[in-house]
Amino acid sequence: MMQLVETAAEAHRAADGTLEASLFDYLLRLGDDSLILAQRLTEWCGQAPALEIDLSLANVGLDLLGQATLLLDLAGEVEGAGRDGDALAFQRDVLAFRNALIAEQPNGDFAQTIARHFLYSSFQLPLLEGLTRSADPRIAAVAGKAVKEVQYHNEFTAEWVIRLGDGTEESHRRMVEGLDWFWRFVEELFESDAVEQPLVEVGIAVDRASLRAGFDARVAEVLKAATIATPVYPRAVSGGRRGHHSEHLGHLLAVMQILPRTYPDARW
Amino acid sequence: MAHDWPLWEVFIRSKGGLSHMHVGSVHAPDGELALRHARDVYTRRLEGVSLWVVRSNDILASDPSKAGPIFEPAETKVYRHPTFYTIPDVVKHI
Amino acid sequence: MYTTELGKPEQKGLAPVSVEDRALLAAFEARVAADEFIEPKDWMPETYRKTLVRQISQHAHSEIVGMLPEGNWLTRAPSLRRKAVLLAKVQDEGGHGLYLYCAAETLGASREEMTEALNAGKAKYSTIFNYPTLTWADIGAIGWLVDGAAIMNQVPLQRTSYGPYARAMVRVCKEESFHQRQGYEIMMALASGSPEQQAMAQDALNRWWWPSLMMFGPPDANSPNSAQGFRWRIKRDSNDDLRQKFVDITVPQAEYLGLTIPDPALAWNVDKGGYDFGVIDWEEFYAVVRGEGPVAKERMKARREAWENGAWVREAADAHEAKRAARIAA
Repeated sequence: MMQLVETAAEAHRAADGTLEASLFDYLLRLGDDSLILAQRLTEWCGQAPALEIDLSLANVGLDLLGQATLLLDLAGEVEGAGRDGDALAFQRDVLAFRNALIAEQPNGDFAQTIARHFLYSSFQLPLLEGLTRSADPRIAAVAGKAVKEVQYHNEFTAEWVIRLGDGTEESHRRMVEGLDWFWRFVEELFESDAVEQPLVEVGIAVDRASLRAGFDARVAEVLKAATIATPVYPRAVSGGRRGHHSEHLGHLLAVMQILPRTYPDARW
Repeated sequence: MAHDWPLWEVFIRSKGGLSHMHVGSVHAPDGELALRHARDVYTRRLEGVSLWVVRSNDILASDPSKAGPIFEPAETKVYRHPTFYTIPDVVKHI
Repeated sequence: MYTTELGKPEQKGLAPVSVEDRALLAAFEARVAADEFIEPKDWMPETYRKTLVRQISQHAHSEIVGMLPEGNWLTRAPSLRRKAVLLAKVQDEGGHGLYLYCAAETLGASREEMTEALNAGKAKYSTIFNYPTLTWADIGAIGWLVDGAAIMNQVPLQRTSYGPYARAMVRVCKEESFHQRQGYEIMMALASGSPEQQAMAQDALNRWWWPSLMMFGPPDANSPNSAQGFRWRIKRDSNDDLRQKFVDITVPQAEYLGLTIPDPALAWNVDKGGYDFGVIDWEEFYAVVRGEGPVAKERMKARREAWENGAWVREAADAHEAKRAARIAA
């Protein structure tokens, strides 16, 4: 499989096959998930169904942005090529982003946004719990803080899945449709590859496949309370971890990155 | 929509040993969301240890004419505190 | 600044005051004069209650609509830190709106009524939010100037006569100083940046200066109904006094940035110990108050759509709770 690389330094390290290159990529995967999800949530500002919900979504967004900043800064350190979190967030193009496809999906209506974040946080929570025991103390520290945040995100979104699922006929339909958008993106969250396997072996990364059973149980529990049938998963779509994203990411980045790209040397 | 979500009054105990204090209100359709909304609105700056919400309608008040896993995440959000910004001392009133 | 149009004749047509009411009114006025706080269940003149509902709800609407000009740049904030800080600020503004709506609700107004009044164009909000945010520098200018003006108005309101309003103002003021500092820090970065960034900063100041001065409302000479507001401690300082104070404080801040305030008549007046400044375009001000501000339509459309598009969500939550209650009762 061809490796996608951006700089000469990265090419050298990848060819080396060192753990460092893998770690850099892994941190991008974690950081980009949080960054792209946060960006999507900022699109809701001032438009939520109730003022209280606006505040809740902003809280989740702030938590995710905080995670993204720590993880991408750390990635930059590990890479050792002088890039910090901002450089990574605002100067990479789509092929270099490593977020899962689920993160970049559009907000849609409130049900779709809740669906996206309920599913993602149901995966992210056990992932972070595992990472609190990472052999890399820097990752363990980030995870330790993020775990409490994501516990909250998962509870908050689950409550809305339930209320919308078991609310009115219209909300039920929208909740089913919202979830329906995302089933094809679930499997990618639990995929591993040659980048992560070495990290799992030395205890730095968590084996994603091991998280699936817990995820399924949590989703089943909440769907039941929401009076929604368990899904029949369609064929999985993936590629985000290799830089092959959906059509949505390009537009998202075009908006997010416009100022640093237009004024390359400016400091803000 | 025919009506608002019910109003809930919010009480926070900011430190062990102190009493819960009334800080304001939130709208929510039920108790669980009331707690979440209260947390999101009133504890964004390290402001609480324990949170109570009560339906405003359930509160009985005296007549004045007859006599009178939830807070830790806020800890690192230091950018809300004014001291986080470096503004040179020579610039006044800011 | 939230008292625009409060002087309109609303006092007409109230029932004649009885002997008992006159005694209650005298007692009420004595308490207010003694710097005491009036609480929700205390007796209060109907005019006082109505005026407060309008002022507090106008203030709340301003916070909510105020989320939109800044929200416009949230997805394009140029660094992770700036994005996080702006998101926190906008979230705070939502929170302020919430505190204020709740304070108004203690006076018998309903959140839904107030929201519908805003969406129908019947309720006012601060004129400043009808101006567009064209560049990132506007975000700096808003924090520096608009929040600066708001702080000037809000600090004295911490001792306004109505308890829930005063307490909401205490919370708001604690959070507001971070808002102004973050805006000024943006301006500092731009003013010391590239030529394009400096130009961006100056351009933003050029466009936001006069509307910020207009935030303090019409000249005192054109505000004939303020006397009662002062006596009832709903209004604490005159429009002109606050405006003068704002100019005097802000000019040195602009000088520090190396930016020029777009007023050729601006000059230090030794005798008054403050700045003389040029004439405000009051035609523009009144047009914006009438709802003809440059992006008034955009702001109202955004608020209406958010409310209408969210109806099914709010209804679903109610339906769910009703089902739950029925299950328990069964």
